[in-house]
Amino acid sequence: MLKQFKNIWTFRGFIIGSIRRDFESRYRHSMLGAVWTVLVPLSTILIYVIIFTKLMNSRLPNATTPFSYSIFLCTGMITWSLFAEILSRCNGIFLENANLIKKLNFPRVCLPLAALGGALVNFFVTLSLFVIVMVFLGNYPKLIWFSAIPILIIQLVFAAGLGIIFGVINVFFRDMGQLFGIIISLWFWTTPIVYPLNILPDYVASLVSLNPMSVIVTSLQTIIVDGVSPPLLPLFVVLILSVITCLIALHLYRKRVDEMVDEL
Amino acid sequence: MGNIVAHEIGKAYREYPSKWSRFYEWFVPFSRNQFSLNWIVRNISFEIKAGEAVAIVGFNGAGKSTLLKMIAGTLSPTEGTLVANGTVAALLELGMGFHEQFTGRQNVFMAGQLMGYSLPQLKSMMPQIEAFAEIGSYMDKPLRTYSSGMHVRLAFSIATATRPDILIIDEALSVGDAYFQHKSFERIQRFKRQGTTLLIVSHDRHAVESLCDRAILINDGTVESEGNTGKVMDYYHALMGSEENRQIQQDALPDGTYKTISGSNEVSVINVFMLNSGLAKTDTFEVGESVELVVNLKTNVQVEKLIVGFLLKNKYGQEIYGINTHRLERPLTDLEAGKLLSYSFSFSAALGPGNYSVSISLSREDSHVEKSYQWTDRAFLFHVINKSKENFVGCNWLNARATINQK
Repeated sequence: MLKQFKNIWTFRGFIIGSIRRDFESRYRHSMLGAVWTVLVPLSTILIYVIIFTKLMNSRLPNATTPFSYSIFLCTGMITWSLFAEILSRCNGIFLENANLIKKLNFPRVCLPLAALGGALVNFFVTLSLFVIVMVFLGNYPKLIWFSAIPILIIQLVFAAGLGIIFGVINVFFRDMGQLFGIIISLWFWTTPIVYPLNILPDYVASLVSLNPMSVIVTSLQTIIVDGVSPPLLPLFVVLILSVITCLIALHLYRKRVDEMVDEL
Repeated sequence: MGNIVAHEIGKAYREYPSKWSRFYEWFVPFSRNQFSLNWIVRNISFEIKAGEAVAIVGFNGAGKSTLLKMIAGTLSPTEGTLVANGTVAALLELGMGFHEQFTGRQNVFMAGQLMGYSLPQLKSMMPQIEAFAEIGSYMDKPLRTYSSGMHVRLAFSIATATRPDILIIDEALSVGDAYFQHKSFERIQRFKRQGTTLLIVSHDRHAVESLCDRAILINDGTVESEGNTGKVMDYYHALMGSEENRQIQQDALPDGTYKTISGSNEVSVINVFMLNSGLAKTDTFEVGESVELVVNLKTNVQVEKLIVGFLLKNKYGQEIYGINTHRLERPLTDLEAGKLLSYSFSFSAALGPGNYSVSISLSREDSHVEKSYQWTDRAFLFHVINKSKENFVGCNWLNARATINQK
């Protein structure tokens, strides 16, 4: 175990290099280059804000500002995008890098780590833009927003574990590639991102609350939209669950990594 | 550092009877293993000391690459233990981890990071890599504008930027232009002198014999022969003969090399000797001397057709001259069993000074691969000395004369 971490540390240059290369290669041949990194999420955020505030006039129940639904939606969407991006990148990571895996000897677990890093870069760009837009709309950052950080860490652990499990399974059962699309869209709609949890009938709401992503997303919404701290017990349960997911992922990875090279 | 010990290693791939059986095995609790093992290589044991240069030879699909990948660490053995001490650099496929749209310099960083080098290390290695690759301003152009030769130059330069304890080369020597081939060959030889263990897969007998001390022949997924390079290469050559009734026999010769006899033995050599211009039996000849090669043989069964040939090789195993009675239009047909025959080939020993070996082929057709009665490598050894001719270089005496016209 310790040796594996040391190995990953040796290859940190490769992980950072892959993240940079991935970032650079996306915009390499476009005229605007890295500007697109900002332009795409900015337009998404603005579209949400304009459509839901001005055109559809959406309001949250007991809302305090006209922008509350947009803020609610963006909080959920940005968090979800991070989660979904990690999962979808990890899902194909071993298959896409089959050539490297078969011909070079390096710690393969670096690949999902680089995917995680890549998704994080995108997340931070979008997050900064979101904060800037919020400031423009008169919602100044509050100290309590920093309590989102541990929740995001829990989410990262959960996503990383799940992503590695998906990635490994996908090597042996290629159906995972197709199934993934269904899983992720089902999961999206069973997470209170576009709708608040309290508009659901009670029995549905209690079912949706069993979803770990619901706990994470609603906690973040409570912090950002309402500015109060979320209940800690469900988050603690999700933390335990995330750690267990990660342990399962590590076990699966270590057990199957040799066979994986044969299968690719 | 640099030694490799393999004990009874084998590699097998899992084969499942259907797409669903793996699913069943994974997800149904307490289910039994559904797969059967398909062995690629098995029961391979060998020991390679640090600083040795060993050739791995064998037919396509014999399991050479699988074995090398296990030593390089990309594949793990299914059974047995394999210990390779020290850093391993594998030139199994040059240019892995390259990205077409990035520049050569960026690719050096990326491929280097994939090999485990840190950024500062790569920065200090960069001038040396650049100097060795000699691709000039292309270093800062995207890889997609490279010729395949430039690709190889850059890839080889990164892969061998620092001296590894173990270097694995899979046919990589035959890439690049003559100039770069020579340059990379020299770097490999320098590594060898400095103590790097070399493992080389090649079908080029000359490269193998000039670089390697020892060879391991892999056939049908296991070690078929091992030892002195010449001996193993002769054995390998004998394996190429016809499959039926294959018997390969290797007898030690007084000089430490081996005489290799293979084939169906339907016809066999009794003895081989050479006569000098005075018709005396000897093994030392003068450059340009008229000599006679005598092959006495016996048919052990009735044969429909017999072709007898001989092949001269120099001390590196390079073929100097070969001919047979098919090409000399003297085939014999319908021979009864137990017949004794004496063949005599006369030629001029217009050879450079040095040691030579004679291989004898007894076959049904022109090529011994078709049907080999008997093939003998190192059936006779002789040397050529230069006492009377001008002092020349090379393996042939072409009897050149100089004419000068002054105007």
